[in-house]
Amino acid sequence: MAEIKNILLVGVGGQGTILASKILSTALVDAGYDVKMSEVHGMAQRGGSVTTQIRYGEKVFSPIIGKGEADVMVCFEKMEALRWLEYVKPDAKIVINDFEIPSAPILVGAEEYPQGIIEELSAKTEVSVFKAADIAKELGNPKAMNIVLLGALVKAMGIEDMDWDKFIAENVKKGFEELNIKAFRAGMAAI
Amino acid sequence: MTGNEAAARGAYEAGIIFASAYPGTPSTEILENLGGMYKKDIYSEWAPNEKVAVEAAIGAAIAGGRALACMKHVGVNVAADPLMTFGYTGTTAGFVIVSADDPGMHSSQNEQDNRFYAKFAKIPMLEPSNSQEAKDYMKIAYELSEKWSTPVFFRMTTRVCHSKSIVELGERTEAIPFKYEKQITRYVATPANAKGMRVRVEERLKTMEEFSNTTDLNKPEYNGTKVGVISAGVAYQYAREVFGEEASYLKLGFTHPMPMDVIRDFASKVDKLYVVEELEPYMEDQIRAAGIECIGKAVIPNMGELDTDRVRKAVFGEENPTLKSEQKAAGRPPTLCAGCPHRGFFYSLSRRKDVMVTGDIGCYTLGSAEPLFAIDTTICMGASISTGHGASKVFEKIQPGKKVVSVIGDSTFFHSGVTSLMDVVYNRGTSVAVILDNRITGMTGHQQNPGSGYTLMGEPAPAVDIPALCMALGIKKENIHIVNPNDLQENEAALDKALGSDETSVIITKWPCVLKKITEEDRKAFDLSKKQCKVDPEACINCKMCIKTGCPALQAKDGKVVIDSGSCVGCGVCQQVCPMGAIQKVGE
Ligand SMILES: Cc1ncc(C[n+]2csc(CCOP(=O)(O)OP(=O)(O)O)c2C)c(N)n1
Ligand code: SF4
Ligand code: SF4
Repeated sequence: MAEIKNILLVGVGGQGTILASKILSTALVDAGYDVKMSEVHGMAQRGGSVTTQIRYGEKVFSPIIGKGEADVMVCFEKMEALRWLEYVKPDAKIVINDFEIPSAPILVGAEEYPQGIIEELSAKTEVSVFKAADIAKELGNPKAMNIVLLGALVKAMGIEDMDWDKFIAENVKKGFEELNIKAFRAGMAAI
Repeated sequence: MTGNEAAARGAYEAGIIFASAYPGTPSTEILENLGGMYKKDIYSEWAPNEKVAVEAAIGAAIAGGRALACMKHVGVNVAADPLMTFGYTGTTAGFVIVSADDPGMHSSQNEQDNRFYAKFAKIPMLEPSNSQEAKDYMKIAYELSEKWSTPVFFRMTTRVCHSKSIVELGERTEAIPFKYEKQITRYVATPANAKGMRVRVEERLKTMEEFSNTTDLNKPEYNGTKVGVISAGVAYQYAREVFGEEASYLKLGFTHPMPMDVIRDFASKVDKLYVVEELEPYMEDQIRAAGIECIGKAVIPNMGELDTDRVRKAVFGEENPTLKSEQKAAGRPPTLCAGCPHRGFFYSLSRRKDVMVTGDIGCYTLGSAEPLFAIDTTICMGASISTGHGASKVFEKIQPGKKVVSVIGDSTFFHSGVTSLMDVVYNRGTSVAVILDNRITGMTGHQQNPGSGYTLMGEPAPAVDIPALCMALGIKKENIHIVNPNDLQENEAALDKALGSDETSVIITKWPCVLKKITEEDRKAFDLSKKQCKVDPEACINCKMCIKTGCPALQAKDGKVVIDSGSCVGCGVCQQVCPMGAIQKVGE
């Protein structure tokens, strides 16, 4: 079967994974791939763990990724890397946003935030780590963090040479095009 | 397009003019699309519940316009009564009911397999497996509905609803409206008339079966002869990928009635036959009953959703290599938002140790979780008040003094809580009903409802006056307590009064959801000026009382509590529980 690439975006409800995946899939469709994307709605959006998944290639059947299938995983939150780890291939590329959102059990002291995630994963596969939150803040809008991460993801996927400015401008809120394009470039430059 | 966008598009292209639904993941966006993008051509509305949605759409179809009703799987339980008899009467103009099932229970209380409803109601069923089919099948559904004068069951699942793939669009064809004629023997389901309808249902079933055996919707794809796979819906996509190019496939798009002749023929041409389906052995049981040997649920799990990895493991016993870690991620369950108006009330309620709290379905169900643990039961929408009533009557006999509080959201109250409250008043119950009125349908993504003052299509609408409604049901004015749930003293006072009363009482908590789009009316009714709370590190003794409210904006860091300024909305709940007065409101 013709090769299919699997991209996994993981994070916390409300972090904007859906918008980032939307821009990415628009670009992939435009490049002529068969693309399927799957997202989570409903309950998990209230601060729960969320994923969106993108699969592209010549012909894609399944809209979702099974265990051990993701080629690239981008983690909008650090601990989520651990939760979804079994969905990636042993030699997958992992992009991690060095950003912690403590979950409810951590906040009330019932569980602890795991330590040494980056060190552990870096020893096992190719991991790029950077602080997307700080970059977005520097650009003046912490909410643009998802687009910074999209920039890093595109770099990790090696598909920089598409008309990203256009796809971003088409998909983000009016008036925020400039900011998001800047955020995207900063993300590409960061890894 | 997502499957939901595509289903909406298909209904639009099919020329429907009426659509009604009650929101529910994963079905919600179908109506949101129709009421937004297509509102010029299609009248769309939110109904208070699924039964009403189906009945309204039935009326529309009998009157002569193509109509659609959409709901999540459990919504069909609510709407089953009209659906069963509508299967008997049949329709004039095309009628389609969408059932969006949720294998894996991403956002549901169960994972019932609704394909059995089509069989139960003896109506045709279509099952799209991707977005293109969601659109195309919808158009076919309307043609079949009119051809056989029957409602059509359109079964989708989460991964069809919420996956995006490329869709080729068509044009809208205006359906020619039927001219309304009175047809009493057809549409008045009295016992005498229903007997005739019953016979027609069986005849129709035979015609449908012939169609099922000849349609392109159920067409085999022959490759090798060693392995044959029968599948439908998104499970086909998984199977297609796992079994690859060598296997032969019989993908079923029209799954009730099943095409037994096609299946028998397909089975005879392959050495080994697999049936790959999510949830129950709906197809497998029928195939076996026809005397055809196959491998299905003996290997494929009947719980949870499938994916390529699960199918591969089930069939070939192979597992993909993957990365592993010695560490485990801490749990990340969904939580009430920072500043959620439900929190204040649940905090007050959780202090009462001697009450049973019957809950309901909505964001407020999260009040059952750590650290509030403020809910004892959740069954289905609308159940809180009635289960509370039953419990309270039993406590009167076996555990006098034990009180019951029932909590229900505004949308859920309109859905099916009103009749339950009627039951309590009528039967002199003393359980306390709490209507958590956050002015919107929160959990499913903020849809308007009969109390919010707007319709799906954005028109202003009369809003239900909840206190007046309660009074009309027979609750005395002095037993209705309206509180601002962010004010813990108000909550306490209302709970004291209500729990102390030997008459039915109601507490209405009124404050908008923090994620709601604020309207002019909200601005007038509530003080929504921007505020935030801050902890004075000098005064904080790290007792973590505030953290026990469960607000995700609060975090203990280096021996002090800090408030995340990005998410705090200054609701003031933490401020009221701080014994040291260390938390202050800041801002305009
Ligand atoms: C029969 C049925 N229909 C729909 C749903 C989906 N559903 C779950 S919660 C909810 C809305 C709850 O809204 P509301 O009562 O206003 O509470 P909120 O979420 O705003 O706190 C809906 C529609 C369901 N679970 N069961
Ligand atoms: S969406 Fe609204 S009702 Fe739901 S948890 Fe958030 S604030 Fe509360
Ligand atoms: S005021 Fe306190 S409880 Fe309310 S949102 Fe802010 S931190 Fe949370």
